[in-house]
Amino acid sequence: MEIPYTVKPRPDTGLYNAKVGIWLFLASEVMLFGALFSAYILLRVGAAAGTWPHGLLNVPLGTINTLVLITSSITVVMAWVSLKLNQFGRFKVYQGVTLLCALGFLGIKSFEYKDKFSHYEIVRTDGKIVDGHLVEKTKDHVILSGHVIDPSEKVEHGSHTPEHTEITVPTAEIKKMENYGPWHSTYLAIYFTLTGLHALHVIGGAVVIGFLWGPGSKMWKTDPERFTNRIEVSGLFWHFVDLVWIFLFPVLYLL
Amino acid sequence: MQQTKHDAHHDHGHAHDHHEPGFWGKYVFSTDHKVIGIQYAVTSLIFLLLGFSLIMAMRWQLAYPGKAIPIIGGLLQKVLGDAAANGVMSADLYNAFGAMHGTIMVFLGVVPLAFAAFGNFVVPLQIGACDMAFPRINMASYQVFVIGGVIMMVSFFIPGGAAQAGWTSYSPLATVIPTQGQTFWLVGMVFLITSSLLGAVNFIATIIQMRAPGMNWMRLPFFVWAQFVTAFLLLLAFPPLEAAGIMQLMDKVAHTSFFLPTGLVVSGQIAAISGGGSPLLWQHLFWFLGHPEVYVLILPAMGIVCEVIANNTRKPIWGYKSLVYSSLAIGFLSFIVWAHHMYLTGMGTKISTFFQTTTMIISIPSVIILTCFFITLWGGSIRFNTPMLFCLSFLPMFGIGGLTGLPLGFNFSDLYLHDTYYVIAHFHYVVAPGTIFALFAGIYYWYPKATGRHMSEFWGKVHFSLSLLFMNLIFQPMFVQGLAGLNRRLYDGGATYAGLAEPAAGGMVGIPQFFLDLNKMISHAAWALALSQLPFIINFFWSIKNGKKVTSDNPWDATTLEWQTPTPPPHGNFLKEPHVYRGPYEYSVPGHSKDFTPQNEPERGASQTASAKSH
Repeated sequence: MEIPYTVKPRPDTGLYNAKVGIWLFLASEVMLFGALFSAYILLRVGAAAGTWPHGLLNVPLGTINTLVLITSSITVVMAWVSLKLNQFGRFKVYQGVTLLCALGFLGIKSFEYKDKFSHYEIVRTDGKIVDGHLVEKTKDHVILSGHVIDPSEKVEHGSHTPEHTEITVPTAEIKKMENYGPWHSTYLAIYFTLTGLHALHVIGGAVVIGFLWGPGSKMWKTDPERFTNRIEVSGLFWHFVDLVWIFLFPVLYLL
Repeated sequence: MQQTKHDAHHDHGHAHDHHEPGFWGKYVFSTDHKVIGIQYAVTSLIFLLLGFSLIMAMRWQLAYPGKAIPIIGGLLQKVLGDAAANGVMSADLYNAFGAMHGTIMVFLGVVPLAFAAFGNFVVPLQIGACDMAFPRINMASYQVFVIGGVIMMVSFFIPGGAAQAGWTSYSPLATVIPTQGQTFWLVGMVFLITSSLLGAVNFIATIIQMRAPGMNWMRLPFFVWAQFVTAFLLLLAFPPLEAAGIMQLMDKVAHTSFFLPTGLVVSGQIAAISGGGSPLLWQHLFWFLGHPEVYVLILPAMGIVCEVIANNTRKPIWGYKSLVYSSLAIGFLSFIVWAHHMYLTGMGTKISTFFQTTTMIISIPSVIILTCFFITLWGGSIRFNTPMLFCLSFLPMFGIGGLTGLPLGFNFSDLYLHDTYYVIAHFHYVVAPGTIFALFAGIYYWYPKATGRHMSEFWGKVHFSLSLLFMNLIFQPMFVQGLAGLNRRLYDGGATYAGLAEPAAGGMVGIPQFFLDLNKMISHAAWALALSQLPFIINFFWSIKNGKKVTSDNPWDATTLEWQTPTPPPHGNFLKEPHVYRGPYEYSVPGHSKDFTPQNEPERGASQTASAKSH
């Protein structure tokens, strides 16, 4: 018994099985991320006036990551084209760059995550808020590198970035201390959920692409057409992962 | 396993042997779609029985509130501890059983049986394929399903027990219950959704890519069409619930506030959360799956009914194209009716009006399908065998279920009926004597193909008549209770609100005793329904070895391709690739010597090649 159309396309549909499969899978992925984007819209629309945070994320880092992923989208196509042109060596180079881009993206993303987890907001007993990055934490005091906000003073939104200084807060004066994790606000909740899920997709895609770049590439010798199909299918998934980021970047960083 | 070599997915370059697989390879780690179908069937039948058992225990509490459960009370106390102290069902246990009854019945019972089991066994055979497009993904789908099921089962035995917030798991309730049952539920659901995703991709790809030569779209049996639309519903409607599940899991584990509003008070204290979330968001995302899920439950059932009715009326199905287009219309419309579950949430009259309109529109294709089946019966010389009896009763039972849904679809009448026993009666008429009867019909109908033996007709008819009787005795009185205003979520069956002899201050009169007494009658009918399943269970297993042997590969004289294989079909199904020359329901064609013409039977004489090419 042999499953038909695993390599050659079926004449009336013009597709081989795995290509139908990956497009269907991507349709379902669109619904998954679509639901999370809808959640973002509903949460933002439902937020009390003035409470939705702006400018929490590092736009230059986000821009670099966007460029990194766009580059990988180009190389993943070039890798497939190289196989179509029967140039296995160039495939190795291009797909190697794709993998480096994936690693670079994840590296920058984890740096951003770490930055958020070390970013604290302390509500002092006098009602003032100290906001900044953790420098030192002992039994008696906490030192943050940041600034003090007095909620009773009205501050124009986005007027200027206050100067950062090291502020020492004695433990006795801390009413509430919380870092900028997903529990801190619904904005950070959706930020971590969306980017976390996206990062899982990057990891998944990189594992598959890495396998086909390394041990899986042996198939090029035995069944080149099928191997090329695999690169095409994994490439389609990779494009989807990039596309999600193209939406995530403006929605979370810029708007 | 030869076919894995040609599978389009990553293998690790092993050389596959061609020898006969052993027990594990043949029955447990099989990539044969028929074995996987049977695995799904047996597993989901067990889950159906389990889900039914939960409700039987709950029915005791509803009929005799606060009294120790007989027979199994002691066992429950031993296994579940304080939740069933002295054999009495506690409120927490009642909630857990209620939530898990719904979850098990929908996600572990009916959908896997209707879609995965029947779809796997029948669809590749009916389209003339040798297997599914991705056999190993098919196997993975079943394995992931089992893992999800096991996680759900384990949750009964963790401290605090299983999820308690209903199968709909509305937040904030689901999030603030201080036990971990909900976390298990969510993780289990992620596995079940993954399994259904793998299945849906596989089914659609199979139907698109694997049809035999000549099997064009309008020659597909309606069952295949029904499964095709169902697969699309699962593919596109489940991911939003997965997204919602991930967010609820974040609320539960990472203490986010996706579904928790600002100022939420839990046990008299303002909860220590960031707030800003939206409880309605959960409901929207849940019902975005929840309503297409209703059609996931009903479309495969309609597919089975179509096959059995065509076969046993010995007539072509009336309005085949109407059936196809109606099922496509249902598939599309089912994505824009979800908020009719939410009229009472205060989402606004404009939105309510929109969803009320689409809800009324979606009843039209459903009625078209049912009407086609009724007209098909007209003038047929009907064979009243067990599968046909189940299908014939499906028609009025589903009719009752569907028509009683209309008052729920109008928001003005829903205001009164919402959350009463009327709702329970309505959707159980759709799913229990509706879908499940069609599934029974499917089991009796395809059993000879799977095993080479018939199930006993006599015990099949006993099973049918008793089930039909008791199903109605259970669910008809619930309409009456619901119209009297009995709320569906009361742990004591409404005893707290029992009618007073004298109207109390404020004019409260309570629920008249008659409607509460119906609880006892319903419960007895439910237990009798359980006993009525014994003939089926025994018949099912006994007939594997001892049933009447089939005399041919096509014991029902059917036209579709699954009957043109050896019995039971070997791995790879067809001895030679079938060619299809005609539509699926050519029964009693004038001028033919027999009253059925299989799809792969060539036209007689010279017109043979011309006809094959003309389509």
